[in-house]
Amino acid sequence: MQSVSSYVLSATGIDKIFPGARALNGVDFSLARGEVHALLGENGAGKSTLIKCLTGAYRRDGGRILLDGTEVDPHNTLEAQKLGIGTVYQEVNLLANLTVAENLFLGRQPRRFGLVDARAMNKQARALLSQYDLDIDVTAELSSFSVAVQQVIAIARAVDLSGKVLILDEPTASLDTHEVAMLFRIVRRLKDRGLGIIFITHFLEQVYDISDRITVLRNGQLVGTRDTAALPRRELIAMMLGRELVHEVSEAKQSEAKAPGAARFRFRGFGRKGHIQPFDLDVASGEVVGIAGLLGSGRTETAEILFGAERADSGTAEVDGRPLDLSSPRAAIREKFGFCPEDRKVDGIVGDLSVRENIVLALQARRGWARPISRSEQDRLADHYIKALDIRTSDREKPIRLLSGGNQQKAILARWLATNPEFLILDEPTRGIDVGAHAEIIRLIETLCEKGMSLIVISSELEELVAYSSRVLVLRDRAHVAELTGEEVTTNAIVEAIASAHEGRPS
Amino acid sequence: MNPRYLPLTATVAIFLIAYAVCIAQYPNMLSTRVIGNLLTDNAFLGIAAVGMTFVILSGGIDLSIGAVIAFTGVFLAVLLQSTAIHPLAAFALALIITTAFGAMMGAIIHHLEMPPFIVTLAGMFLARGMAFVLSIDSIPIKHPFYTSLKSFYYVLPGGGRLTLIGGLMLVVFLVGILIAHRTRFGADVYALGGGTATARLMGVPIGRTTVMIYALSGFLAGLSGIVFSLYTSAGYSLATVGVELDAIAAVVIGGTLLTGGSGFVAGTLIGILIQGLIQTYITFDGSLSSWWTKILIGLLLFAFILLQKALILLSDRRRRHA
Repeated sequence: MQSVSSYVLSATGIDKIFPGARALNGVDFSLARGEVHALLGENGAGKSTLIKCLTGAYRRDGGRILLDGTEVDPHNTLEAQKLGIGTVYQEVNLLANLTVAENLFLGRQPRRFGLVDARAMNKQARALLSQYDLDIDVTAELSSFSVAVQQVIAIARAVDLSGKVLILDEPTASLDTHEVAMLFRIVRRLKDRGLGIIFITHFLEQVYDISDRITVLRNGQLVGTRDTAALPRRELIAMMLGRELVHEVSEAKQSEAKAPGAARFRFRGFGRKGHIQPFDLDVASGEVVGIAGLLGSGRTETAEILFGAERADSGTAEVDGRPLDLSSPRAAIREKFGFCPEDRKVDGIVGDLSVRENIVLALQARRGWARPISRSEQDRLADHYIKALDIRTSDREKPIRLLSGGNQQKAILARWLATNPEFLILDEPTRGIDVGAHAEIIRLIETLCEKGMSLIVISSELEELVAYSSRVLVLRDRAHVAELTGEEVTTNAIVEAIASAHEGRPS
Repeated sequence: MNPRYLPLTATVAIFLIAYAVCIAQYPNMLSTRVIGNLLTDNAFLGIAAVGMTFVILSGGIDLSIGAVIAFTGVFLAVLLQSTAIHPLAAFALALIITTAFGAMMGAIIHHLEMPPFIVTLAGMFLARGMAFVLSIDSIPIKHPFYTSLKSFYYVLPGGGRLTLIGGLMLVVFLVGILIAHRTRFGADVYALGGGTATARLMGVPIGRTTVMIYALSGFLAGLSGIVFSLYTSAGYSLATVGVELDAIAAVVIGGTLLTGGSGFVAGTLIGILIQGLIQTYITFDGSLSSWWTKILIGLLLFAFILLQKALILLSDRRRRHA
């Protein structure tokens, strides 16, 4: 067998240059028929740039792409699709207002006498989806189905349209375990049909679960392509980070042995009906208190009430013995509180404003609009934090939406740091960003608490919580059910606290 | 019931109830004469509203159609007054100009990534200005062909007249329904209304579709202008001011979502008929000021905007629970 023909897709020496940055530098990538090939890398490593070059969303500046042995040069995603390269994105890219059948056949509806034959289209749609064990009403609007089902419909469409290469760009980000299993069954079946599948994710377990080979990119360069079976996880992480994250985190844990000082912030019977049950909380300066719990257990609600986004209807809050006014976010900011919300796209960044403007936003809000921060001061602040937090942007005036997730998160963090807060709440600071940025954010959290800041960190990444928290509060059903201190703070103890609280409930 | 049919059902129900109330008060309103007049009097608005429906379904807006209708009227009047050209040739010329005008606005919206609101607002001033350049006076049209076209009608049982222009409006609605629901172009229009970025990723030819949508709106505004000149036998540059807003009202009352992506061309017909019905009722009453039409339309619009908001909230909640 000739080596050329065993690859359905092979790209060599792909270059992509953006103004001021080289996004891809001579990257090679190959994909065999019937292979699931995981593409991994940190934020900004060039994964999505490579995908966009393959699908024609970007024009590459150098290199060759061979599809089935012939050179191709797609000018747009549509052309790539016709050539046989289909893509399914993290956010389902179908139209919620059209029916399932219309989504599947948009642009290629079966026609009779020049008019769309809706009956034939619906019949074909049912036949197509039955290959994926999906028996649904194809005449219903897409929006009436769950994200997992929509994802399968998107895959069905992409495979039906292209049929040689399927690119899955973080398809599992918003799915639960059961749905991921369903998706993987489908991916395996497509693989058996001989499709080449490129799989992008930050869930390493999923990579080991489904992929045959792994390609790692870092800073626009190819680090290597390996067989999954022959690549230990530790080595994979090392390839992705170029340093040992696991080691660093565990070491950080050891330095955390210091005893927390006297409580500075005291909350007594703090709560709000229907939101979070009254709780007591003490936080010393320089202390990180972690909050753990399942989704919907009241983690975010706790953060909101501490920041005044929801007003507490019971209890007291004081700092250094003085009562705190936490009646609104404005009041909380005046009390030197800061809050990085969970969903940065919705509640955090202002996408069209520049990195600089996003960073000075909270500080300006606290000073009031009557006293504007001078441009030179803004520039100084922005440059300071871009450097201090290592925010990767070509320029401080770049619209923040053009930055990768991890860098956006750092910019939001910078926004609050610029206000010199004494009490900072971070809600899922590492969600949706990849491993390398995780380590950087964790390191940042540790630096902040060394400076004497009090931190509340909410996270579903238990290992991370354990790494930086001196205490962990465990939440369940909108109540604080356990508090773990010092030696007790381990992943197992947290899981146990959540589980035992569950069993301990009456009924 | 599928919630996408809810606004349309509400529109039909409102029309039937309103009509029943009218008949209860004025039994004469249940006659083919009234229905025939309803169609004739609202023909130009209905035709323009079909174009507006496509524009709004795609998530856009076309503010130029009132001005384009006036321009077409003046253009025809001037052409027929000062040259010996046959009206049919003049019609064709007018349609070519207005279609090209719409296509140009569509091209600007797409290629310069300008909001439709601004581009068609500019188009509105431009078309109105062009009408003034042609003539500032109201010019009567006395061509014999016009007289013969106007005398052409189909007598409905009961003595009502389905005039040429009333029938033309119904044909335009039928063709509009076919285009919206049974062609790939129609599906592309809905796709655009669902989200331009997603539609592009799904391979919808955004540029071509946008240009075609505004060209269609321009064509129908031109056709509406021809119908209006037949209806009034004159061309006047100050005519049909604000008709684009009446058309938008008819589309929204007809159950189309102002944000695009959801609605039916057939709903717009009912929206037109509801507006016409209110007008007819006021004529029958004789003592009410015609401003009551505007007030009732305003209230209806509010009601439909609230209904749309409720539907959006409902579907959001369904999605979250799905």
